[in-house]
Amino acid sequence: MTGFVGGAVYGLAGGLVIAVAALFGVWWERKVSARIQMRLGPTEIGPAGLFQTLADTIKLVLKEDITPRQVDRPLFRMAPLLVFTPIAMSLVVIPFAGGWVPLNTSVGMLFFVAVPSVSVIGVLLAGFSSGNTYATLGGLRGAAQMISYELPRTLSVLAMALLAGSLAPLEVMNRYEWWWTPATFIALIVYFISSIAELNRGPFDIPEAESELVAGYFADYSGIRWAIFMMSEYGGLVAASFFGAAIFMGGAQGLPGVFGVLLIFAKALVLITLMMLVKWTFPRFRSDQLLTLAWKVLTPMALVQLVIVGVILPWL
Amino acid sequence: MNINELREHLCGQYPDLCPLFSIEFGDGVLVVGCDKLHAAASDLKDLGFDRLGMLTAVDRDETFEMVYRLTSRSMSAGIFLKCHVPRENPITHSLNSLWPAANWQEREVYDLFGIVFKGHPDLRRILLPPEWVGHPLRKDYEDDRMVRRPDYI
Amino acid sequence: MTLDIKERSWTTGSDGTPVEELVVNVGPSHPSTHGVCRVIAHVDGEVVTKAEPVIGYLHRGIEKIVENRTYLQIVPITDRLDYVGSMYANWAYCRSVERLAGIRVPERAEYLRVITCELQRIASHMMSLGSTGADTGAATMFIYAFDVRERIVELFEELCGSRLTYNYVRPGGVSMDVPEGWFDDILSWTDAARNSISQMDRLFFGNFIARGRLKGIGVLSAKDAVGWGASGPVARGSGVNWDLRKHDTYSVYPRFDFDVPVGSNGDAYDRARCRLFECYESLRIVEQAIEQIEPGPFKADGIPRLLAPRPGDAYDHIESARGSLGIYLVSDGSPRPYRMKVRSPAFCNLALLPLLAEGHTLSDLVIVLGSLDPVFGEVDR
Repeated sequence: MTGFVGGAVYGLAGGLVIAVAALFGVWWERKVSARIQMRLGPTEIGPAGLFQTLADTIKLVLKEDITPRQVDRPLFRMAPLLVFTPIAMSLVVIPFAGGWVPLNTSVGMLFFVAVPSVSVIGVLLAGFSSGNTYATLGGLRGAAQMISYELPRTLSVLAMALLAGSLAPLEVMNRYEWWWTPATFIALIVYFISSIAELNRGPFDIPEAESELVAGYFADYSGIRWAIFMMSEYGGLVAASFFGAAIFMGGAQGLPGVFGVLLIFAKALVLITLMMLVKWTFPRFRSDQLLTLAWKVLTPMALVQLVIVGVILPWL
Repeated sequence: MNINELREHLCGQYPDLCPLFSIEFGDGVLVVGCDKLHAAASDLKDLGFDRLGMLTAVDRDETFEMVYRLTSRSMSAGIFLKCHVPRENPITHSLNSLWPAANWQEREVYDLFGIVFKGHPDLRRILLPPEWVGHPLRKDYEDDRMVRRPDYI
Repeated sequence: MTLDIKERSWTTGSDGTPVEELVVNVGPSHPSTHGVCRVIAHVDGEVVTKAEPVIGYLHRGIEKIVENRTYLQIVPITDRLDYVGSMYANWAYCRSVERLAGIRVPERAEYLRVITCELQRIASHMMSLGSTGADTGAATMFIYAFDVRERIVELFEELCGSRLTYNYVRPGGVSMDVPEGWFDDILSWTDAARNSISQMDRLFFGNFIARGRLKGIGVLSAKDAVGWGASGPVARGSGVNWDLRKHDTYSVYPRFDFDVPVGSNGDAYDRARCRLFECYESLRIVEQAIEQIEPGPFKADGIPRLLAPRPGDAYDHIESARGSLGIYLVSDGSPRPYRMKVRSPAFCNLALLPLLAEGHTLSDLVIVLGSLDPVFGEVDR
C-alpha cells in the first residue's frame, strides 16, 4: 500500500489506536482514582463500566459544536487539531513489538521528542483565541511549562541514544540489556517527570488548573473539540508510556511475537498507572516552583546521567 | 474580669468616662456624644480593649444609635460603646484609624443605614449593588418588592 | 451589580515604563471561591498587584427579615447564615435570646449543645481542609475529608432529622433529646475519626508540594490579626491565642480539659494546621462531655411560644469554626426583635483578603481565600 490510500489507511488506523487508547486511558484513570478515593468508579455500562467512556464519547460527539462569539473563530477551531496532530504523529516511531515499528526511521528518538512539542502552538492558540483572561493565562502557563520541560526530556532520551549508539527506537530496544535500567535510572525518572509535565497532567496541570483557571486554555471549548483536547492528553499519555517502556525498560525485547507485544503493554501500563497514582495523590505545583524544578533539578539530573553514561561507554 | 472590677478599672484610669458608664444585662455600656466617640474609643483602646468586635447601628426613630462592641483579650471582657447620630444628616467619625476592622463594618452600616463616616478611606456600598436606592435597615424603608407582615403574627 | 470591568488597563511599572495590566475577574461563580464571591484581581503577569473582593451575591437581608418574625421563628433562619456550621448560629442566637429574656438553660441541654457544636466544628473544618486540598489540586484530600464529614452529618441526621440546617438549639435548650445509642455511636466512631484525620495529615501536609504551596502564603501578622478583628483559626494561625471557649468562656466549657492550637507564622499553612489540630481537641471535648453528661430535662420549662423579652439589648458570642460569632439583639418589648445584628467572623476575616493576597501569584490567591475559610451565607447574610 503506497501513496494516498496507504496514508489514509495508516492515518485511520492511527486515529483508531489513539481513540481506543484514550477510551481505555480514561476508564483506567477513573478506576485508579476511584480506588484511591474509596469509591467504585464507573460500574454500570459494560463489564466493570468499561463502556462508560464510549457512552461519554458518543455524548460529546453528539453535542452542539459551540464557538463562542468573542473568540477568534478560525484559530479557535483549529487549535484542538494543532494539539492533537503532533501527538498522533509521535505514535508512529514507537516500537510496539520485537521487530516491528510503524515507521522505522533512523532519527526516531529525535522525531519523538521534537514533534509533540509542536502542540505548544496549539495550546497557545487555544489560549489566545478564546479571548478570555483564564484561557490567556492558561495558554501562557502551558507554553512556558511545555518549552521548559523539553530540555530535560530530550537530555534523558539522549542518554539512552548514547548508550545504545543509535537514534532509532527499534535499535535501542533491541540492544537493551538488563543492567541498562539501573544504570540509567536517573534518566528514567527525569523522563517520567518531564513527560507528565509535557502532558499538562497533575501535579503539573497548572495550565488547566481547575481551582484557579477553571479549565485554562480550553475553558471555552465544549463537545467534540473539548474531546479532542482530552484525547490528545490520553494519547500523549499512552505514547509517552510506550516510548518510555520501549527505550528505558527494554520494551518487547526478549519475547517473540505476541508475547513481546504483551510485555511492552504490561510495562507501559505500569508507567501509565504510576502517572495516575502521582496525579491523584499529589497537589499541584505553582508555576514558579514548576520552572524551578525543571531548570534547577531535572536538567542537572539529566546532565549527571549523561556524564554517567559517558563514563560507562568506554568500558563496553 | 467581672463587670464591677471593670468599672473600677475604668473609673481609676479615666474619671471623665466614669459617669457615662452603666450596666445592662450584665454588660458594661458607655454612652458618649458622637463628637467624643473617637476620643473615648481611643481611651478604651489604651485601657486594653484591643479588638473592635462588632460595629452596628440601630434605628431609634429620631436618631441612629451607633453600637460598638469592644473586647479585651487581656481582661477577658467586653464593653459597649454607644452614641446617637441625628437622623437628619447622619455623619459620624470613622474608627478606621484605630481599628482597620471598622473598614468593612462601617461600609456595611453606610450601605444599610446610610450613615456617613468621616475619614473612611473607601466608603462604598458593600452588600447591595452600587445602584441600589435607599437604605433597607431603616425602619421607614419602603420597596415595591417588600412583603408586608400579616397582622396575625 | 454591573459585571462590566475593563479587562485591560495601563499602569506604571516599577521602572517607570507603562505596563499593561490584566484584570482577572475571579468569580462570582468559580470553582474555588467557596460560594459566590467575586475577586477582581489585577495581575502583572502572574503576580496579583491588587485584589478586591466583591461580596453581596448571597445577601438575603436576613437582618431585615427577622424584624418581622417572632423569636422562635428566627431559629431556622439562623441556620441559613453559616450553612457549613448551622449549629453555631443557632447557639449564638439562642444565647442572646436567653440573655435578653433571662432564661436559664438546664445542664443537659448545655452538654448537648457542646457535643453537637464540637462535632459541627470537626465537620466544618473538614470542609475547609478538604477545600484547601481541592484548591491546591489534591482532589483526594477533599474526598477523605468528606468521608469524615459525612459520618458527622449522618449523626446529626439521626439526632434531629436534618443534614445541613439543623434548627436544633432552641431558646431554653435543644429541640429534642438524643436517640437511643447515639452517644455510643459517637464513642465508637471517635478513634476511627482520629485515624482518618491523621491519615489526611500524612496524605496532604506530609507532601512536599503541599508544604511548598502553603508555607509563606498570605502571611498575617499578629498585630494585623487583632486590628482587623480576625478571629478563629485565622487569628490563632498568627499566634493570637484567643479562643472564646478558653479565654472568655461560656456554657460548660470550663469543665473540659482541652488545648488551643496556636500557630506562629500566620501563613496559610499554619491556619490549616490549626484547623486540623482543633479537630483532635474537639474529639477530646466530645468524649469528655459524653462521659460527664447526666440525665435530666433537655429544655427549660415554661418558655412561652411567643417570647416577648423586656426592652433592652444583649450581645453574646460563641467560638464558631470560623471565629467569634456574635448576635446582637435589640428588643422593644414586642414578640419580635427590634433589630438583630450578626457579627460574622467570616465577614471580618474576608476583609483581610486584599491585604494578604497582594504580591502573591494568582495561584496563591485561591489558597489565601481558602485559608480564610469564608462561608458566604454568613458573609453576605
